[in-house]
Amino acid sequence: MASAFRSAFSEKDFVVTAEIGPPKGTDIAQMIHHIDLIKDKVDALNVTDNQSSVMRIGSLAVCRLILDRGGEPILQLTCRDRNRLALQSELLSAAVLGVNNVLCLTGDYVSVGDHPQARPVFDLDSVQLLQTVGLLNDGTDLSGAELQGATNFFPGAVVTPEADPIEPQMIKFEKKIAAGAKFIQTQAIYDLENFKRFMEKAGRDGVKIMAGIVLLVSAGMARYMNKNVPGIFVPEELIDEMSTASKDDRIETGIRIAGRMIRQLREEKMCDGVHIMAIGKEERVPDILDAAA
Amino acid sequence: MIVAERKPLEQIEAMAGDFEKILVVGCGTCVAVCMAGGEKEVELLAAQLRMKAKLDGRERVVDEITITRQCDTEYLDQLEKHIDRYDAVISAACGAGVQFLAGRFDDKIVLPALNTLFIGVAEGAGVWTQRCIACEDCILDQTGGICPMTICAKNLLNGPCGGTDHGKCEVDADNDCAWTLIYKKLEKLGRLDSMREIQPPKDFSVMAKPGKYTHAAFEAAQDEEEQSDG
Repeated sequence: MASAFRSAFSEKDFVVTAEIGPPKGTDIAQMIHHIDLIKDKVDALNVTDNQSSVMRIGSLAVCRLILDRGGEPILQLTCRDRNRLALQSELLSAAVLGVNNVLCLTGDYVSVGDHPQARPVFDLDSVQLLQTVGLLNDGTDLSGAELQGATNFFPGAVVTPEADPIEPQMIKFEKKIAAGAKFIQTQAIYDLENFKRFMEKAGRDGVKIMAGIVLLVSAGMARYMNKNVPGIFVPEELIDEMSTASKDDRIETGIRIAGRMIRQLREEKMCDGVHIMAIGKEERVPDILDAAA
Repeated sequence: MIVAERKPLEQIEAMAGDFEKILVVGCGTCVAVCMAGGEKEVELLAAQLRMKAKLDGRERVVDEITITRQCDTEYLDQLEKHIDRYDAVISAACGAGVQFLAGRFDDKIVLPALNTLFIGVAEGAGVWTQRCIACEDCILDQTGGICPMTICAKNLLNGPCGGTDHGKCEVDADNDCAWTLIYKKLEKLGRLDSMREIQPPKDFSVMAKPGKYTHAAFEAAQDEEEQSDG
C-alpha cells in the first residue's frame, strides 16, 4: 500500500502534520481523544519514539492505533534504543502493519531522560538508518540478504535550521538527502527571516521541507527554550508579545503566533508544509489550524 | 596510555577485610604517570591500610613493592620470591594488570586498588582526557585527527546531531561537540570533502571480546610451536 502522506505532496502545495506523544502507561484515553480530534485535519500524524529519552508506549503500536482510526501515521524511529537488527525488524514490522512513513532520527542521549543509567545504542546514525530504509525498500537488508517481500517506505529526516554553527548541520542535511530522505521536518523555527535564509541554502530539489512549529504557551517557555534547547531561537519580539498577554490570553496569543507563522509560510510559499508540535496541548491543534486559515 | 583512579580507601579496606598479611603491588608505567598506582601511591595506600588496622586494634602487616609493569610476565616473575608470605595481594594496576597478576599467581587472592578509566592523554597538570575507545578500525585520517567514536557521546559517524549547541555537546555542556571540532579542523586543512562522504555503519564484529593480537613477525614462530606441541 502506498503512503497517503507521500501523495499529499503531489496533491497540494502545503502539507500539514502534527505530533502525537504516547503516554507512559496503558491508559490511552486522552491520546485517542487527541488522535480523533486531529487526524482528519492534518495529512499525517507523527508518533514520537520514547521522546526526550523518557520510556513510553512505543511509536509503532500507536501508529497502528492511528491507522485503525482512519488516520495516516508517521513512525518516528531513533537510533538510541535499538541496534541494526532491532531497527530493521521494527521497520519490517511497521511495513506489515501498514505503516509506510518513517522519520529517521539520531535520538536524544539517554542522560536527558528518565532512565539515565541505560546503555545507549547508536549502532547506526540517522544517515545510515535512512540508507537502511532505502535497502529495505529495494528488497535487501543491511547484510545484503534478500527479503521475502520488500517495504515501501516514504522516508524522512530532520534538520535544525538555527543550529550554530550551521555548516556542519548543512553537510549532514545534504548527506540525509543523498541517503534517501524524501521529506524533512525541521526543529522548531520562530524567526522567519532566518528560516528564509536557511531555505535558500537548503534548496528544495527532490525533498519536501516542512517547517517545525512548536506552540508557545508563555514567555517563560520561550526564554527557557532559548537558553536550554539547542537549535531553538525565539526572537525578542515574540517573547514580548507573549509577556504582554494577560494570563488568560497567553495560550490564545501562542496560538495566534503559530497561526500567523503558518499562514505566512504558506502564502509566501517558503516551504512545502508545516509540522505542528503542540507538546501537551494537542487539544489546541485544531485552533492553531483555524488561526492559520 | 591507560588512565585509572584509585578506589576510595573504604572500598579497598572492605576488600582487605581480615587478611593479616597483605602485599600492595604498584605498577610503574601508565598508572604511575596518572598518579594512581605508582610507587608513591602504593606507599601511601600501604600506610593507610596499616594505620587503619592499628586504629582498629587489629594485627595486619602491609608491605609494598612496585614493578615496572604488571602486564608483562617478565616483571611479574619478580614477585615470585615474595608472594608466598602474604594472604592477599592488592594490585594497583589497571584491570589488565590485576588480571595478569592474578593469573600468574593463581592460588593467591588478588584484589583491585584502582578503577580503570580509559585510554587517554595528559591534557594538563593533573587532568587526563579520553581519546580512544580501541574500536580496531581507525578512521582518524578522515576526521582531521579527532575521533568521533570517542569524543561524540553518540559515536556518530556522519556529522553532528541536533543536540549540538554553539560547539558544545547536549550531554554535557562542558564537553566540545566532536563534529564541530572535526568540521573546523577539516576546514582548516582544506579537507571538508571527507566529511561529505557518507560513512557506512561501523563493523562492530572486529571489536568482538576478548581481543587478541599476534604480531605478524611472531605468527610463523607461534604456528611452528603449536605444530610441534601438537
